[in-house]
Amino acid sequence: MSLLSARGIGVSRNGTAILQNVGLDIAAGEIVTIVGPNGSGKSTLLRVLIGALRPDRGQVRRSPGLRLGYVPQKLAIDATLPLTARRFLDLPHPVPKTEARQALATAGVPDVADRQMTDLSGGQFQRVLLARAILSRPQLLILDEATQGLDQPGAARFYRQIEAVRRDMNCAVLMVSHELHVVMSASDRVICLNGHICCEGTPEVVSAAPAYRELFGTGTGGALALYRHDHGHSHDHDHGADHVHDHPDHDHA
Amino acid sequence: MLDDFLFRAALAALGTSLAASVLGCFVVWRRMAYFGDATAHAAILGVALALALNISILAGVGAIALVVALLIHRLSDRAQGTDTILGVLAHGALATGLVAVTLIPGARINLEAYLFGDVLTVSRLDLAVIWGGTALVLSVLWFHWSALLLATLNPDLATASGIDPRRENLILTLLLAGIVAVAIKVVGALLITALLVIPAAGARRLSSSPEGMALRAALIGALSAGGGLVLSVRLDTPTGPSIVVLAVVLYALSTIGGYLQGAGRNSP
Repeated sequence: MSLLSARGIGVSRNGTAILQNVGLDIAAGEIVTIVGPNGSGKSTLLRVLIGALRPDRGQVRRSPGLRLGYVPQKLAIDATLPLTARRFLDLPHPVPKTEARQALATAGVPDVADRQMTDLSGGQFQRVLLARAILSRPQLLILDEATQGLDQPGAARFYRQIEAVRRDMNCAVLMVSHELHVVMSASDRVICLNGHICCEGTPEVVSAAPAYRELFGTGTGGALALYRHDHGHSHDHDHGADHVHDHPDHDHA
Repeated sequence: MLDDFLFRAALAALGTSLAASVLGCFVVWRRMAYFGDATAHAAILGVALALALNISILAGVGAIALVVALLIHRLSDRAQGTDTILGVLAHGALATGLVAVTLIPGARINLEAYLFGDVLTVSRLDLAVIWGGTALVLSVLWFHWSALLLATLNPDLATASGIDPRRENLILTLLLAGIVAVAIKVVGALLITALLVIPAAGARRLSSSPEGMALRAALIGALSAGGGLVLSVRLDTPTGPSIVVLAVVLYALSTIGGYLQGAGRNSP
């Protein structure tokens, strides 16, 4: 049974459709990445999934008692708000000292507890957000463009951290990103979004899909090349119909 | 002792500044200063309403502050350019109120008392309202502290933790309207925002946690209230502005102090 499943999600704003008929399932323990260009509705979809935005159409089902950890893109910490990393972990509920220390260590920032959040580097900041998200021992960890503002080596390190956290906590991970090559290597499954789901599957499948290449071009280079096989198949999809893939390995032979 | 007008004034100023300083931390963290201004300025319209309907000033001010606060709350939810809307509302309500007050037949009132406060004339009833309001504001803040903080940092993060950020925003809005109604007697409509913002700003450099900042803001607020009252009696100056002047002095001292402390820490 999936942890989280969305069916036929549609969101419009001021008459413009942002999401159309989006469906997805997250199974226990898998890493799923949503990629898509700016304005493709990635963040909107995440907001629907965490319950911050009610979709105009469709529904989201969570497995009963699902523990969800969320890592936002950024925090609005005004310079006038003094907040240590340790105190941040206590929001909204105080956590025992040992658990806080453990979470910071798991997230890769064991020594920042007493530092002010506003004094942390970008990478440290994101790891503190990650530490807070894993405090509830989530079954599903959701990250929204968590590496924004990090340089590429920094982002790559952060994704390796996510993989380590997944191993440690044995949780599923759903993340949103536009950093294709870095993200895709860490994913079990990639969903390519542009208002609707263009294509989805393993990184190899998606990077070879015409819909994906149309969106991102073929010159993404680098690590992506690892996944480019000579499939020599055509990848026609019916975008109109109920476009839900229940299996990561959809039929593409 | 409650028969002594100075003692009553001191208690009124103390209660108001305690509640305002702590709530003011959120005003500063969320950059709601202009929001506070708009709500406070609208209070003059409330005075006019109270005089016209012959109801208590507190009820009139409270009602109008509530309406304006809710209006801004709704507007700021959907539209961009909130700054402009707030500017229109703040000064629109103030000007309309000033005009309306003078148009009410028979009512020759001392407008200055509502613009700058008149703490030396607080009655026992006023005092009960002020301390009741202070207790309410502080206890709501106490019970919602973490939820409000999380909603301030990131609304979606709050949602993911099972907190409704819209509800928390609404709570802050209502508290702000309450403070305006309570504080108009003490510092007047024009200086209520000062009581919210200045103690919190003064506490910032001295604090390393949100709770520490709230406590220090309350301390600065209390010192300003007491000191400002003494100052105004000694020098025969208006009380509300004297309280604010003292708060500004404390703000300046803490800023300089914090700066020197920081410089001392950084030098070898």
